[in-house]
Amino acid sequence: MEWKLKNMRPGFGEALVELGSKYQNIVALNADLSGSTTTSMFESAYPERFFNMGVAEQNMMGVAAGLASTGKIVFASTFAMFATGRAYDQVRQSIAYPKLSVKIVATHAGITVGGDGASHQMHEDLALMRVLPHMTVIAPADYWETKKAVLNVARTPGPCYIRTGRTDTPLIYDEDYDFRIGIADTLVDGEDVTVIAMGLMVSKAMEAAEVLGKEGISARVVNLSTIKPIDKNCIIKAARDTGAIVTAEEHNMIVGMGSAVAEVLLDHEPVPQRRVGIPDVFGESGESEELMQAYGLTVENIVESAKKAVAMKR
Amino acid sequence: MSLERFDYWTDIDDNAADLAGISTEARRWIIRMTHEAGSGHPGGSLSSIDILIALYFKVMRHDPSDPTWPDRDRLVMSKGHGAPALYTALSLAGYFVREELLTLRKLGSRLQGHPSMNKTPGIDMSTGSLGQGLSIALGIALGARLDRKDHRVYCILGDGEVQEGQVWEAAMAAAHYKADNLCAVLDRNNLQIDGPTEKIMSIEPALHKFESFGWNTIEINGHDFKDILKAFHDAETVKGRPTMIIANTVKGKGVSFMEGSVKFHGKTTTPEELERALSELGGDI
Ligand SMILES: Cc1ncc(C[n+]2csc(CCOP(=O)(O)OP(=O)(O)O)c2C)c(N)n1
Ligand SMILES: [Mg+2]
Repeated sequence: MEWKLKNMRPGFGEALVELGSKYQNIVALNADLSGSTTTSMFESAYPERFFNMGVAEQNMMGVAAGLASTGKIVFASTFAMFATGRAYDQVRQSIAYPKLSVKIVATHAGITVGGDGASHQMHEDLALMRVLPHMTVIAPADYWETKKAVLNVARTPGPCYIRTGRTDTPLIYDEDYDFRIGIADTLVDGEDVTVIAMGLMVSKAMEAAEVLGKEGISARVVNLSTIKPIDKNCIIKAARDTGAIVTAEEHNMIVGMGSAVAEVLLDHEPVPQRRVGIPDVFGESGESEELMQAYGLTVENIVESAKKAVAMKR
Repeated sequence: MSLERFDYWTDIDDNAADLAGISTEARRWIIRMTHEAGSGHPGGSLSSIDILIALYFKVMRHDPSDPTWPDRDRLVMSKGHGAPALYTALSLAGYFVREELLTLRKLGSRLQGHPSMNKTPGIDMSTGSLGQGLSIALGIALGARLDRKDHRVYCILGDGEVQEGQVWEAAMAAAHYKADNLCAVLDRNNLQIDGPTEKIMSIEPALHKFESFGWNTIEINGHDFKDILKAFHDAETVKGRPTMIIANTVKGKGVSFMEGSVKFHGKTTTPEELERALSELGGDI
């Protein structure tokens, strides 16, 4: 498949500027990463509503909570590692528990951070965020979905976590895409197995479906960009229609998106499931594509997993 | 307590005398409610109650009949375990009836072990994990500034609490953003759970630390209402800098066997101790 590539992060920065022009109560915070997270766009447009908190993520989350309590819709942004790992207690105590409208938009999640290595490769963020009550958790697949998700969450009260990556990613959508929180998007229909993917694994899942099709296996592909609240109906329907599930995510396989899908299946429609994701190890430096190969985030792995899941059907 | 900023300054002697009476009743409620709950933190509640009573009865602009009034002054009880003191001040000020204080920590109660803004009228922020409140107070102060509103933000910190690194991140940021609508109080009772702060992890010279971070600093006796009122008054006049009031207090203040005692940080009274405490505080509720 030929993909057009585009970075997801400007989707955030551009959406934020758009929101800033429409709503006076949009405020943005950053922790010395305004360029990388693209919040510098908002800083240029609305300097009085932008606060750089310096290298102090815990304080940033607290200040975000205080601002939100005065009626602001606060976008707090830094790398996924620091937004969820460094400031976990602050997010839990001061944002999730009081149910404040702080939108945490994290960039540089996952193994594709590349050269920076394990200290910056965050594979646990979805696990940390999805166990928090009140928290909405979204992992967009491309530039357009990032943009639409950011615009969307600003209109939805309460706390939210959006994760994006560092690299350019295949464009799955275009301007007309209608993103809705909690609604998974079926990109390819199929009957024998469903591949539920998120983030940059969505394009890999679509490629895998093509390969499987050539081998006579009809695979459905679903983009599960909202991890929480999870689209139970879509997952249950996929299980009933196709009888086998594969999940694919750039996240630790423990308590990530695949686990979230398994929870739904277990409660409602147990069918065979195989998971593609990062094993329970820390990452390392390397080129993004090399790392995806080395850690099993590949089309081949999805194809093999789909065959195994199909074979496990009774 | 008023919708207008109250001029407690002109008649400071009379106002200080009013507060002394209210705070004695408040102390009795703190003892009773924690006794009734069987758990909770009387020591740090008794050290901070005079400051809270001064704030909710004279200093702050707020309206107990309209707890979410947008123009109200805000208070963040960063040392969330001081909840019994905060609940008592709110109740005596009129946010809810006194009897409700006795539901502290019970299943289904609006009065959680640590403050919850979505459960209790009058609470401006949920706290309990130490070290976070000053950041939040700064966020509220910046929000007020964006809205061009003149409400002030108060934040109560424990002296063990300031061992948390986030407090100093917030201290740096509040000075950087010149948050002069922010006034914090350090409840300097010299004790934390495991012993005296200076033995566990020294915070001295606390005043100079905040001063060198760019804060206006004031040191007072945290149980002398004239001192307390004067400090809040002075803090309001300072421009371009946040204020830190170092309030020298006594943990367990007002009950002889609790004063200066680490034991009553997180332990409540036995029936005999309850009786003794209440009689020292001038009788039953
Ligand atoms: C982050 C965090 N760590 C530990 C605790 C447990 N804890 C509750 S009170 C306390 C001691 C606080 O001492 P201080 O701030 O001096 O409070 P005070 O003397 O005013 O009661 C501790 C360690 C907590 N609530 N939050
Ligand atoms: Mg103390």
